[in-house]
Amino acid sequence: MAYINLNEELIKRARDAARNIAIDTQKFIDVHSTVSTERTIARLYGIDGVDENGVPLPNRIVDHIKDNGALEDGLSYYLVNAVLETNLSTQEIAEEVAKGNLNIVRLNKHSLDEIRKKAYELAYPMVERIKKNRRTREDMIKNIGEGDKPYLYVIVATGNIYEDVVQAQSAAKQGADIIAVIRTTGQSLLDYVPYGATTEGFGGTYATQENFRIMRRALDEVSLEVGRYIRLCNYCSGLCMPEIAAMGAMERLDVMLNDALYGILFRDINMQRTIIDQFFSRVINGFAGVIINTGEDNYLTTADAVEAAHTVLASQFINEQFAKMAGILEEQMGLGHAFEMNPDLKDGFLFELAQAQMARQIFPKAPLKYMPPTKFMTGNIFKGHIQDALFNVVSIWTKQGIQLLGMLTEAIHTPFISDRALSIENARYIFNNMKSIGDEIEFKRGGIVERRANEVLQRATVLLEEIEKEGLFTTLEKGIFADIKRSRYGGKGLDGVFKKGENYINEFIPLMLGGANNE
Amino acid sequence: MSSGLYSMEKKEFDKTFDKTRVKAYGDTMNDGKVQLSFTLPLPYSEEAKEAARQLAIKMGIEEPNVTYMMDLGVGYTFFVVYGSCIHSVDATKIVVPKVETNTMSMDEVDEYIRKNIGRKVVVVGACTGTDAHTVGIDAIMNMKGYAGHYGLERYQMIEAYNLGSQVPNEVLVAKAIEVNADAILVSQVVTQKNVHIPNMTELVEIVEAEGIRDRVVLVAGGPRISHELAKELGYDAGFGAGSFAEDVASFIVQEMVSRGIK
Repeated sequence: MAYINLNEELIKRARDAARNIAIDTQKFIDVHSTVSTERTIARLYGIDGVDENGVPLPNRIVDHIKDNGALEDGLSYYLVNAVLETNLSTQEIAEEVAKGNLNIVRLNKHSLDEIRKKAYELAYPMVERIKKNRRTREDMIKNIGEGDKPYLYVIVATGNIYEDVVQAQSAAKQGADIIAVIRTTGQSLLDYVPYGATTEGFGGTYATQENFRIMRRALDEVSLEVGRYIRLCNYCSGLCMPEIAAMGAMERLDVMLNDALYGILFRDINMQRTIIDQFFSRVINGFAGVIINTGEDNYLTTADAVEAAHTVLASQFINEQFAKMAGILEEQMGLGHAFEMNPDLKDGFLFELAQAQMARQIFPKAPLKYMPPTKFMTGNIFKGHIQDALFNVVSIWTKQGIQLLGMLTEAIHTPFISDRALSIENARYIFNNMKSIGDEIEFKRGGIVERRANEVLQRATVLLEEIEKEGLFTTLEKGIFADIKRSRYGGKGLDGVFKKGENYINEFIPLMLGGANNE
Repeated sequence: MSSGLYSMEKKEFDKTFDKTRVKAYGDTMNDGKVQLSFTLPLPYSEEAKEAARQLAIKMGIEEPNVTYMMDLGVGYTFFVVYGSCIHSVDATKIVVPKVETNTMSMDEVDEYIRKNIGRKVVVVGACTGTDAHTVGIDAIMNMKGYAGHYGLERYQMIEAYNLGSQVPNEVLVAKAIEVNADAILVSQVVTQKNVHIPNMTELVEIVEAEGIRDRVVLVAGGPRISHELAKELGYDAGFGAGSFAEDVASFIVQEMVSRGIK
């Protein structure tokens, strides 16, 4: 395999700093929860559906506890106590609460031990369901096979789930391995998850549990037809991050975008809120065997890809440690980066190669997610197709894990069915035609690629050690990532954050933490 | 039927350039050659190819040649077609509304403001509605700018507020009032299904309802925003792809002076 000399001492220092950053942040996470985390627990306890105004019942029951001034005890405590007290199912309790017939905060309280025991018992069926989904995926991959890495990842984004199905099945037949259903513009800022099958969206399709189910079924169908397991990807980010993780785990999604830093920087979601949410979402994703994708690539859409390359690496180190803490295996860490340097740059291709090769060596087991050029794509589709070709070359050379296919019409519209076909053709041509290039060509010692990679590593290490001193939140306030400054007390969703009280329990964490190894 | 890719058949047509009858150009004046590609929801077959050919004829393509077809699965086929477009345009009668200002450099804009306005010009900008793509507004406003063209934040005589993405129109206008803005910049990148039109219209309505339309310069921008569209929706100017901060700044300051905004 292709190899460059990297300064191992720097890698160790960087990783140590990142670990300390994650540990420091985890101390904050452990004593806090959020309304979205509580709604996730409601969903995992089987609460689903909407009230007569279309408000999801998980929102109703968590709001009910909040309105009664009892949120610090969390949902599990009151919900499980209500099950003990009323003998109703969790769903029936939520329905009664929504109708205003039941106040679960004011019921007689069972002992915390009794509640904890029952909470564990009630959590068990869902934990089993998710475990079963994981096995189904593993069995399908074993029995029908899967595509070679890099997996070809394409998006569908018609707004209509039934139209998405047509596009997704077509893409799978053309060779795609992962289908991502882009969410409708703005969904990340909704503080609830819409319900049911949807046919209207802008620039994407609502992530709903029913839409997940419809698409998973369609992809299972086409998987059998093409003889490859086709993975389904959605976006586990924004204000409902852990809820989407739970829904994905229930419906056997395979890949999830999952990155708090992305939400903080690019959606102005409050950092406390989303860092707390990220932990539970990653515990669920880890347990469900989902590959998470992180969003470092996006930094380069606002910051310069040459100058800010080290921030991408620094963030990958941090994301790796946060993922480890939530029990995600290295094989599930789709750390992100992108091919975003100005195409006019002399030797820019070599810098891209350096970045990709460096990431490959530093995170050897991770299915690295490689993003295509976007910032320098124009209406010149002919040149764009070549930019995408160069990107594909870097990917096969450095053995990336997940290849988000660049579309020649990137700067014009969400892809037409033919755009996707052309881009799959482009990638398959290059991946096959250059299959062993990384094994055949050695990098020059001390050459442009090796020097560039070490320079980026050096700067990333310095940055991580700085963040280690200041803490992650302060760093974000200073605008070190993506040139964007965010306040600890600003952004969306801060009002949903609370400090855990003494009755707080969440039995799903001990049941799921430890990820895919947790049996 | 077309005789294939390398037709040696002589074509009889007038090969002199006529600006009143401009046709597409391949390698011979007035040959009308165009290339197009599209997908038909028909299964890959000779019949689908014939359907593509007939569709091209209806588009005004003479002797269309379906040079490539690809099976997209699910009963759809993609085509590449070459042919001669029969249509022509009268290029002598074309009028395109453009932003009519001289573009100045950053230093010249600062100097112009000092001389003609005598105080800092306040600009607020945002990517409004559900649009989350700040690449456009950032390119114009952020210190760093884009492709070597510094953004408005770097201008000494401009006070720039970039509110970022997904900003409701009401919030943008409220900010404009709060900081006494001279200009409001709106960036719209997502134009899928024309979502930008009602959103841009709403902003104009709010600005008018607040009674500040006379004292602000209203500018729209985005890869698919034309000056003509922006004017039609009630903006003072629209800047499309390839516009930089100095184009926008030059327009704002000259528009302020010509309208007597001081």
